[in-house]
Amino acid sequence: MKVFTVFLTCLFFELALADLAATSVNFESQTITIALVQEPPQLNSMKATDQVSLMVLGHLMQGLVQYDRRGNVIPGVAMRWELNDKEATFWLRDNARWSDGNPVTAHDFVFAWRNALKPETASEYAFILYPIKNAEAINTGKVAATELGVEAINDVILKVTFERPTGYFIKLTSFATYYPVREEFWVTKKDRYGADAVDLLYNGPFVMTNWTHSASLNMVKNQLYWDKQNISLNAINAEYITADTRARLNLFIDGKIVHTRLDGETSKDALTQRFRIRRFTTGSVFFIEYNHRPGRPTNNLNLRRAIQHVFDADEMVNRVLATPGNLRGESLFPVWLNGVNDKFRREYPAPLAIYDVAKARQYLALAKDELGSIGPLVLLVSDTPTATKQAEYMQGVLGNKLGLELKIDVQTFKQRLAKMTSGDFDMVGAGWGPDFDDIMTFGDLFASWNLNNRGRYNNPQYDRLIRTAMNSTVPRIRMDAMGEIQQIVHDDAVILPQYEQGVIYLLHPRLKGVVRRVVGTDPDYTHAKVVP
Amino acid sequence: MLAYTIKRLIAGVITVWFIATATFFAMHQVPGDPLMNDKAVTPEIRANLEKKYGLDKSKTEQYFIFLGNMLQGDFGISFTQQNRRVNDIIRDHFPVSATLGLLAIFFATTGGVLWGALTAIYRNQLPDVIIMFFVILGISVPSFVFAALGQLMLVNINSFFGQSIIPVAGWGTIWHMLMPSMVLGLGTMALLTRLMRSSMLEVVNEDYIKTARAKGLSPTRIFFRHQLRNAILPVITVLGPQIAAITTGGFVVELVFAIPGLGRYFVQAVQQLDYTVIMGTTVFYGAFLVLMVIMVDILYGFIDPRVRLS
Repeated sequence: MKVFTVFLTCLFFELALADLAATSVNFESQTITIALVQEPPQLNSMKATDQVSLMVLGHLMQGLVQYDRRGNVIPGVAMRWELNDKEATFWLRDNARWSDGNPVTAHDFVFAWRNALKPETASEYAFILYPIKNAEAINTGKVAATELGVEAINDVILKVTFERPTGYFIKLTSFATYYPVREEFWVTKKDRYGADAVDLLYNGPFVMTNWTHSASLNMVKNQLYWDKQNISLNAINAEYITADTRARLNLFIDGKIVHTRLDGETSKDALTQRFRIRRFTTGSVFFIEYNHRPGRPTNNLNLRRAIQHVFDADEMVNRVLATPGNLRGESLFPVWLNGVNDKFRREYPAPLAIYDVAKARQYLALAKDELGSIGPLVLLVSDTPTATKQAEYMQGVLGNKLGLELKIDVQTFKQRLAKMTSGDFDMVGAGWGPDFDDIMTFGDLFASWNLNNRGRYNNPQYDRLIRTAMNSTVPRIRMDAMGEIQQIVHDDAVILPQYEQGVIYLLHPRLKGVVRRVVGTDPDYTHAKVVP
Repeated sequence: MLAYTIKRLIAGVITVWFIATATFFAMHQVPGDPLMNDKAVTPEIRANLEKKYGLDKSKTEQYFIFLGNMLQGDFGISFTQQNRRVNDIIRDHFPVSATLGLLAIFFATTGGVLWGALTAIYRNQLPDVIIMFFVILGISVPSFVFAALGQLMLVNINSFFGQSIIPVAGWGTIWHMLMPSMVLGLGTMALLTRLMRSSMLEVVNEDYIKTARAKGLSPTRIFFRHQLRNAILPVITVLGPQIAAITTGGFVVELVFAIPGLGRYFVQAVQQLDYTVIMGTTVFYGAFLVLMVIMVDILYGFIDPRVRLS
């Protein structure tokens, strides 16, 4: 019995000490602890699509190029590159290594890109490879993967042939779908590739040493990484995986994690704790998408204009959303996009939305003349508190100012998408986040061939402008086309822009150099360090 | 006894088959498309995904394929984590839920029996009133409130001492388990207290208690040997389903305390229409529940010789 008591006491102290050791930042060992919002669903870089997987992968892998903290493209696995309208050539560094010691070669890129495009891989992000010659044909099963316009001249020279001129191709190669995959390793794993820490090969600044599903994920500095002398952190430990913002705030208060995002409720508590609240604009635009299918009342331009004239984006941002950081929605194109020499929105200001109830009623009268009577409109939204709040606001606005009846159709995420795709709605609360760092990621959204154009907007002039921008690498021509598109989206009331999403978050004051990104790895701890 | 056990087990298998069938067809009736995500995919990719998960076949065909695989103990690959097998998910995460659940059951039964007995002894007196007030609270307040409050309490304790005494969330040591299991067991504890109380009060008027008292047995002996042992029977009855309920119903607690249990997968699978995980977890938990009920029934025979079932 006595032995047992001693044993228990020892256990008690050992456990207590073990727990005390893990704090959010440690200067001596340069380690940090973070929380993940969810278990990364997919760490196979050829198939990853979600924010958490991309964030984790961004620390473990590296593409041909990478971004610095100011958002400029800098060399990654590739030392230098050349680009023209027809092709791109990359010269790879010879000291880039996989975590098993083998060099990262041009063949690893060829293999990964071909594999991501194979229909049987069923990668949702395959489209991001489409600028490469034959990519789309491979993805739709028309030609064999070996026909892809990419070639390893030797181990260190990679040559890419384009389907069409792509001025922003270099930037694309920083994205996860473009990461290399070592074929010899992949064939030993196949379907298990990326399922566990041992089922991945790493070439980035960190390697994953442990992944206990839904519990913890540990990344330590990669000793074979070519630029390891510029990496300060020795370990990034994700010790907590929970979607509960309150739980994460509690962990932050308790000094257990370095970063957490806040929502409306938790921001109040964060304020009372006197934490410094930081803002970040995610780069996503939220809008109401109309159903443009013939026969739908929202196919009528005057009805859409009437709604456009009673919507007040300021009220939406300040009164309805009411969390700091959101920007008023004015355009399909968010403010961070680059134009020719400056930000696009500075060079091509968004057309002013004019709030004018009298004019709105005139448009509504015209719409009624053309449509006869307008029955109740259906606004489809997903079942999140924010989405339903916005829908109720729209219901009030249309009811009070236009006398239009709006029915709110609240659906689960998957069912909302199913209904959007089948066209079972008049208006839908939708949003779009950038996939890559070029204006085209927003621009072609309402091109008639885009599968994500779920309202089936169809305008030959819009399509023509997109084709012009797609087939040119001259910034002025491309941006002029996009400027016109911005005008069309407004004049034709293609969508009703509501807001550009902003988030607020907390960050440990002793952790410096964390980069927030609109596209790719976010947050990026790669070059962060703990200061005393 | 053996014949009875076998009979019950066969009935159990049929029950599980029924659960699986009902879930399968109900699941396919849920609106929404499991393969649809934010980014639209080309028809070719979609066709490949449908083929991979067998969704290109008719419902009946899918059902029989599912049954065949289930008999071999294979639930397929998850829709959301496309490189993980459902079997692996259950194997990795059920032990966590089970550990948490058993600890919660331990708290619930010791607490429930103790408080229940106390309230019965002090019937209509102050301790009874106070305990019953908390019992009502425990039954009516949902677990997410207790979870949030419990966690807040830990944060306050830690900030009071200026260091981490008890972890606020996470998994790994016994300290991580204390608060979540208490929160998880609270509802059951309240339920058992009430049950224990009424059952104690019923027993106290039985003839054998009067006999024992007339024999001149000491009150403690009467209490432990005659009253408690008889009163505890209904508690055991509800324990089986409660064990199953606690090990499955930990979704909120698992979320708040960042615990890698199966409850999270169980609930999120439904939200994400992850067909294979829905089927895997439901059938697994269904079988678990059935097994618990059978075990309690068999156990009953040992505790109460009157109920020899064969």
